[in-house]
Amino acid sequence: MTVQAGDTSLGTSLDVVAVVAAGGVLGAEARYAVSLAAPHAASQFPWATLLVNALGCLLIGVLMVLVTERFRPHRLVRPFLGVGVLGGFTTFSAYAVDINRLLLAGRPAVALAYAASTLVAAVLAVWLGATATRRLAGATAGRPA
Amino acid sequence: MTALMVALGAAVGAPARYLTDRAVQRRHPSPFPWGTLVVNVVGSFVLGVVVSAGSRGHEATVVALLGTGFCGALTTYSTFSWETLRLVERGEGGVAALNVVASVVAGLVAAALGWAVGTPLR
Repeated sequence: MTVQAGDTSLGTSLDVVAVVAAGGVLGAEARYAVSLAAPHAASQFPWATLLVNALGCLLIGVLMVLVTERFRPHRLVRPFLGVGVLGGFTTFSAYAVDINRLLLAGRPAVALAYAASTLVAAVLAVWLGATATRRLAGATAGRPA
Repeated sequence: MTALMVALGAAVGAPARYLTDRAVQRRHPSPFPWGTLVVNVVGSFVLGVVVSAGSRGHEATVVALLGTGFCGALTTYSTFSWETLRLVERGEGGVAALNVVASVVAGLVAAALGWAVGTPLR
């Protein structure tokens, strides 16, 4: 990212921080809505969080290939959609705390299954999103990396 | 009301992740994604405190603000997985594996420590 006039001491424009905040709110509200639609007790498998994280990983694979390899979007697109919306949508803290709660609830097998399946789903999803986008966008956009 | 708390927390958490990541990567310019590791571990600790301290009903507002909003937006699984994939694609498979193991282990330890800190506050 190029350094803009009016940067703060961290080398960051305030407009970037603002769109990250706005996107983060949208992503977090979407995650919150999913959690309300599919609530889970401390002893249950957290399907909603797994779904949110896998979907967010799929979408960041698509987004990052599009904005870094295929198009040159406005400089606020990546901070808004990637850092903001998808960063706010997905969560690592709920993943870690829910594994802990499953262990405390005496469900070590469920905790292990959740820990492993989220990791596998996330890595597969980001790979799938990136790979599919490279093939599809590469054919249509005609702008190689 | 609860949705407003989520929004307020996320409006702080997401920029905090962005600024922390930039500050950390500037100090430790390496292929290893230190910035994401730091926010994910710190967020896991704080969420552990918040959830264990706020397990009773009337703290739902605080959990929405600090937990679902702030910690949820501070931490990220999407950037974690993207950075891991990029390491693999650059031929840094060992660093990618280290990132996965370090993130999960440190995140779980941080959440457990946070839980222990928050439990007496219940």
